[in-house]
Amino acid sequence: MTDVEATIPPNHEDGMAEADGTIDPAHRVALSYIDRSRRYYASKGYEQPYRWVTNDSAPFHKPERAVASSRLAVVTTSFPVECHDGPRPAKSVRAVAADPPPEQMYTDDLFWHKDATTTDDVESFLPLRTLAGFAAEGRLGSLNDRFFCIPTTYSQRSTRADAETIASWCDDDDVDLVLLVPL
Amino acid sequence: MVIGSARDIVEQAAVARFVFTDVPLGNPCGPPGNREDQRLVVDTALRLFDSAFLPRTTVQAPVHWPGHDWRASYMSIGSPDGRGGRSG
Repeated sequence: MTDVEATIPPNHEDGMAEADGTIDPAHRVALSYIDRSRRYYASKGYEQPYRWVTNDSAPFHKPERAVASSRLAVVTTSFPVECHDGPRPAKSVRAVAADPPPEQMYTDDLFWHKDATTTDDVESFLPLRTLAGFAAEGRLGSLNDRFFCIPTTYSQRSTRADAETIASWCDDDDVDLVLLVPL
Repeated sequence: MVIGSARDIVEQAAVARFVFTDVPLGNPCGPPGNREDQRLVVDTALRLFDSAFLPRTTVQAPVHWPGHDWRASYMSIGSPDGRGGRSG
């Protein structure tokens, strides 16, 4: 915590820690990122809070094959470092070879907790080596030869279009299971 | 299947299967450098593919971040960029 933050009264009711660093059991432990972002941007003078995707139900299909016989593809919100061209990376949906796994991915433009952690370890958000290891052990049928990068945008329409593109790539690759890992 | 750390956002969007990892945003597959925890998170996801029988099934991955101070600092009002005081 910075000196500035220490002088400001708590502006949230979740994730409160005691002085010794233990959690305050009088408050909800898990953070509400919806509440945090709404309060933060309101404090900055934004009048229209972000409207999050909200659904009452989700489509569900039982996998046709066991995991040990299935091909799995990963979708990430990070992008290859080489896509970072100038101040912002080129953000369009793309397919990237999964082998060899990238040593780095570009995450600077994404919202993650930059004071608490790093994204230097790609396996912490894009688990290609871990999945390849499970495939080698026979626990997973196979890891798809490529993974997919999807841009984070404020447009639900463009995200839907990107999702359809990725779904068609998964069909092309005979993918059975998809693992989505947003940062 | 989603692996993620923003529980309220993913559950409000509603997905078929969700592995929730209660760590700072950025490392949904486990703390950096911790291969054991990362393996646990991914193993939890693989198990959920086989075991989930209803949509909107959430399982919390059995990993823990050391300490809780990170919880208060994210998007703390007063920090210059909303991410705990660092740019990027």
